[in-house]
Amino acid sequence: MTSADNKDKQSLYKRLLARVMAIGPLTVVGLFVAGILFWGGFNTAMEWTNREQFCISCHEMKDNVYQEYRNTIHYSNRSGVRATCPDCHVPKEWVPKIIRKIQASNEVLHKILGSIDTPEKFNAKRLELAEHEWARMKRTDSRECRNCHNFEYFDYAEQGRRSARMHQEGLNGGKTCIDCHKGIAHHLPAVEQSIGAEKNGAAPEIFHPPVEKPEGAAAQAPAKSEEGEKQEK
Amino acid sequence: MKLSLPLLTAVLASLLAAVSLSASAADPKPVVESLRHADIKAEVNEGDIYKYEKDREPIPREYVQQPPLIPHTIANYNITKEFNKCMDCHSWTRYKETGATKVSLTHFKDRDGKELSNISPRRYFCTQCHVPQTNAKPLVGNTFKRAQGLN
Ligand code: HEC
Ligand code: HEC
Ligand code: HEC
Ligand code: HEC
Ligand code: HEC
Ligand code: HEC
Repeated sequence: MTSADNKDKQSLYKRLLARVMAIGPLTVVGLFVAGILFWGGFNTAMEWTNREQFCISCHEMKDNVYQEYRNTIHYSNRSGVRATCPDCHVPKEWVPKIIRKIQASNEVLHKILGSIDTPEKFNAKRLELAEHEWARMKRTDSRECRNCHNFEYFDYAEQGRRSARMHQEGLNGGKTCIDCHKGIAHHLPAVEQSIGAEKNGAAPEIFHPPVEKPEGAAAQAPAKSEEGEKQEK
Repeated sequence: MKLSLPLLTAVLASLLAAVSLSASAADPKPVVESLRHADIKAEVNEGDIYKYEKDREPIPREYVQQPPLIPHTIANYNITKEFNKCMDCHSWTRYKETGATKVSLTHFKDRDGKELSNISPRRYFCTQCHVPQTNAKPLVGNTFKRAQGLN
């Protein structure tokens, strides 16, 4: 058994050596160094593009969303712990991060196309962009929020009346942060609230998505009672 | 020495002119202090000097037609033409889920007395009438007493 193993190892070693000699030892060393440089450079680039300064180097990001975000709790608060753009928009885990970065190269294309390069164009496209983010956060159960906020450690005695009630009801009922906290960092696009003329905004079922439960009846019930409500008034 | 009246007036007039001229040369702009005691272009952040009080149950009213005080913080609650944050909790379609008091029917009437199907434009900006509570002290004393019927 051992002799067979040794033989295998020896032949492997021989084959490897032959390969190296064929390619040329220098080339192999070169490839190795290039690999290190590539990975180092790649990771540096990843880190470099994961900074707020990078995000707002495009005026499309700086003139609209950044200005609004500067008035919110995640930009400045009593303890000085901040959430920057990538904290909420770029996953921390490696594979989702790479995927998100590749998707984001689409932004460069739209930068060149000038899709949102004026306030008017931005406002016209805002609902679509926001809906992408909502869908993404819903899909990941608001992973980026939960990177910092762990609801298992919420102290309901410390939270306000409204927060404590909604968190216990909502989180136990299968809701996620983004279901209730839309507009936490930026102004919202038009949202349909049936006040005055129609706005072509986010529909109620998108702004407050019904909780998906296996038994469809439960999810339908609140919608029914809302209908009743409308009739009542 | 005796000065003639015309000469005296001429001297005085030229003195006055010199004084007012030099004054205007030294100080081209009149100094007016703004109400916020800062230069007109200076950024003064006074937004955060008062703290909102902690959320609590609805606050009893002092007189019958009083717009109820807001018993919770409204930090970063925007009311824009795109979205009215208050109505996200206080509307008739949302109040059940959020546990908020629904806006009363009086808010549905427009200025011609017509009943609308949702709040009237003149009630859109809630904080015109409803105010949140902070730890600010009253600026002047007063003798306000709650309405008799509510005692
Ligand atoms: C090259 C300029 C540029 C840079 C740098 C940039 N963005 Fe953008 N971003 C854009 C443009 C242009 C769009 C609009 C894309 C479109 O029209 O679909 C956009 C769209 C977005 C969206 C909406 C995405 C969607 O799915 O619709 C988010 C979120 C966003 N950017 C966040 C960021 C963050 C976070 C950073 C920093 C890591 C960043 N951006 C850096 C130009 C940029
Ligand atoms: C980088 C960490 C981080 C991320 C990511 C993050 N937050 Fe926060 N969040 C904070 C900090 C820090 C505070 C302020 C705590 C304080 O000082 O009171 C805060 C405060 C809040 C508050 C309280 C607002 C108030 O007025 O008191 C809410 C609500 C909130 N975050 C929701 C979210 C949601 C929703 C997301 C995901 C879209 C998110 N956060 C992502 C760190 C983060
Ligand atoms: C069912 C709706 C709902 C869900 C789901 C929800 N929240 Fe909230 N949250 C609220 C409400 C309502 C408030 C209080 C009012 C406000 O600040 O707008 C609040 C307040 C907060 C606050 C401030 C607490 C305080 O009292 O100072 C934080 C922090 C927060 N939420 C984080 C989160 C995070 C993180 C998640 C996801 C794990 C989450 N919320 C999910 C409804 C919800
Ligand atoms: C606390 C988390 C958080 C932070 C920090 C944050 N965003 Fe967002 N962002 C969101 C959420 C949530 C949305 C989805 C729309 C909404 O609810 O406002 C969004 C939407 C967007 C959009 C789509 C257009 C829109 O307004 O809906 C862009 C672009 C964007 N963010 C860019 C940025 C940039 C650039 C920064 C840094 C200056 C940043 N975000 C910081 C949470 C955050
Ligand atoms: C996250 C949901 C939420 C939002 C947003 C909200 N409220 Fe409230 N509000 C409540 C709840 C819940 C109560 C009931 C207080 C309680 O029992 O804790 C309340 C109570 C009130 C009351 C007292 C009603 C009474 O019966 O005395 C007023 C007035 C009020 N809110 C006004 C506002 C205004 C104005 C805004 C917007 C600036 C606003 N609210 C935004 C949830 C909300
Ligand atoms: C022009 C002033 C004014 C504006 C604007 C206004 N309200 Fe009122 N509100 C009142 C007055 C006065 C009352 C008490 C008498 C009544 O019920 O009409 C009241 C009562 C209420 C009540 C208590 C209802 C009850 O059944 O006890 C709520 C909740 C409320 N308003 C919410 C709002 C919200 C949300 C907005 C913005 C969409 C708003 N109000 C805009 C004047 C106003």
